[in-house]
Amino acid sequence: MSIQAQRKPKEVRTSDKIFRWCTSGPALLLCVVLAGLGVQLLVSSIPSLKHFGVEFLLGRSWDPVRGIFGALPFIYGTLVTSCVALLIALPVGIAAALYLSELAPEWVRSPLGFMIELLAAVPSVIYGLWGVFTLAPAIREVVQPALASTLGFLPFFQGPQYGFGMLTAGIIVAIMVLPTITAVSREVVMAIPLTLREAAWGLGATRWEAIRFAVLPAARSGLVGAGVLALGRALGETMAVTMVIGNRPEISASLFSPGYSMASVIANEFTEATDELHLSALAEIGLLLLVLTIILNVAARALVGRVKRAW
Amino acid sequence: MQTESRRNWILTALAAGVVLVGCRDRTESSGSAPSAGSTQAVVATEQKVSLTGAGATFPYPLYSKWISEYGKANPNVRINYQSIGSGAGIRQIIAETVDFGASDAPMKDEEAKDAKGKLVHIPTTLGAVVLAYNLPGVKLRLDAQTITGIFLGDITKWNDAVIKALNPEASLPDTAIVPTFRSDGSGTTAVFTDYLAGASPVWKEKVGQGKSVSWPKGLGAKGNEGVTGQVKTTPGALGYIEAVYAEQNKLSVAELKNPAGNFVTATGAAVTAAAEGVQLPDTLYASITNSPQPGAYPIAAYTYLLVYEDAKDAAKGKAIAKFAWWALTDGQAYAADLNYAPLPASVAAKVKDKLKTLHHGGQGLL
Repeated sequence: MSIQAQRKPKEVRTSDKIFRWCTSGPALLLCVVLAGLGVQLLVSSIPSLKHFGVEFLLGRSWDPVRGIFGALPFIYGTLVTSCVALLIALPVGIAAALYLSELAPEWVRSPLGFMIELLAAVPSVIYGLWGVFTLAPAIREVVQPALASTLGFLPFFQGPQYGFGMLTAGIIVAIMVLPTITAVSREVVMAIPLTLREAAWGLGATRWEAIRFAVLPAARSGLVGAGVLALGRALGETMAVTMVIGNRPEISASLFSPGYSMASVIANEFTEATDELHLSALAEIGLLLLVLTIILNVAARALVGRVKRAW
Repeated sequence: MQTESRRNWILTALAAGVVLVGCRDRTESSGSAPSAGSTQAVVATEQKVSLTGAGATFPYPLYSKWISEYGKANPNVRINYQSIGSGAGIRQIIAETVDFGASDAPMKDEEAKDAKGKLVHIPTTLGAVVLAYNLPGVKLRLDAQTITGIFLGDITKWNDAVIKALNPEASLPDTAIVPTFRSDGSGTTAVFTDYLAGASPVWKEKVGQGKSVSWPKGLGAKGNEGVTGQVKTTPGALGYIEAVYAEQNKLSVAELKNPAGNFVTATGAAVTAAAEGVQLPDTLYASITNSPQPGAYPIAAYTYLLVYEDAKDAAKGKAIAKFAWWALTDGQAYAADLNYAPLPASVAAKVKDKLKTLHHGGQGLL
């Protein structure tokens, strides 16, 4: 009591002020960096924006020799690999999270959780190398023939089987986003009050029913959030994707075909591009990727909001 | 990939080392002011120079060997070379952020226009691009027409009649050919497409020549390492890579038919012969693919240093000119061990003449 009385209120205010600046500065800085990034990309894209206009978004040809640049195959490749990745990783990741939080015996939880999180620490070039030397051959020898013989009537699973292509890229990205989904989902599920489960059990629900009707609905918005985080990483993943996607700007329904992603083409061509239009077209791809990421994030946030309200 | 990132690490470490050593030297010389008389005399006669260069990744192993050997003999000259790619090297020397640039492909005229002074190409060594394939037990011979057909997608099977005609004794399987190309912009691609465009008008018209082109068929992989990896793991793959990668990874390499009609492999002698077969113009850059020399390997190329003819800084200009002179004389002996081919004597002589014309404010640098 006496100590508090001795302290001058002014001092408290000064330290609080400093603390305020120390925290609001970095927060503001992040916004400035994002804005700066956007402006820089926009300025660099001007020659390409002027030259191609909307055609850039719809063009299917990417020919640096002739100075013809169209981004559609890259947008397509990015969206397809990200979708494949999420289709695989979301169910697997949420299932793993449920096991870790609801079903696993106590002594299994933390080592298993730790190992899954360790996956996130592996550099993406390692995933890429593993993709080139192990995953792609395995997909060519096992997965693609199996898919072609069972689901081959679908356009997604037709055509020559190289091992490299959009399917392989999607699978690699799925593995890479899995730790994010699992870790976030586990936290979300664990944050749900035990009383909800107890109430369900009290009504005679089985373990599955309690998860299905009490835990999952409560966790829904958090799980969507996990998906959003994963999508962000999937869209921007560069190195591992570049190493297995086949890198040909082509729009093909078949997941076996080579494709190309937006991040990959920038990584591939930027260092050696000297022509102004080429550099500018690459900058515009970067701008598109930024815009795409923002749109998807906003959409996902809206979705999270709606889910919350519904519950 | 691995080698490249390792290289980058080594580079970073080297760069950090240079900076650290540089700092230490400075503090030492300023700290030992009382006894500076003798030290300063040495500094005055042989000025310490530190050079920065950037560009092509392809000659990096040779350049780093040169830099370390040259540094042993000339401890006053420190050179830091960053292998950031030919295109980036050209951009950096034009922006004058480095003391010399390096490129596998000669600069285009429109690029040279942006530079504040006249940039000179200094050929330093020769490299070859080989066609590696994954067909166990088959010794393959190819010619430019066939390679064009494969990369255009006209020839799709290994037992195609055209390939059979070139390889009457080989047992060619009835499997698909998987053409594999470099997805990243690269001098290797520029040389390879230069070879195809020179040999086939169809290629020239449909695809053209450049560091990045629009590939009609096949799979793209990043870097020489990426193509090497894809060829290694994909049965039926055919890809182009720098000769050294094929040797290190023990990939089968096709014998190529040269314009004189002989089948040759990319030996040092065959690559040097390619340069001998093409008269080097006064600009000091030339395409030496499809060389008419009887023993020449058809997919070969010079790699260049880029320096300003009128040096901005006399001391640095002198150091670069001396280093280049050394590279063209003593330095050539290191080429073969690292899978590069030495320049023909006539070319080296011509380039040395050019070095003598480099100047700073009207004064020769050598």
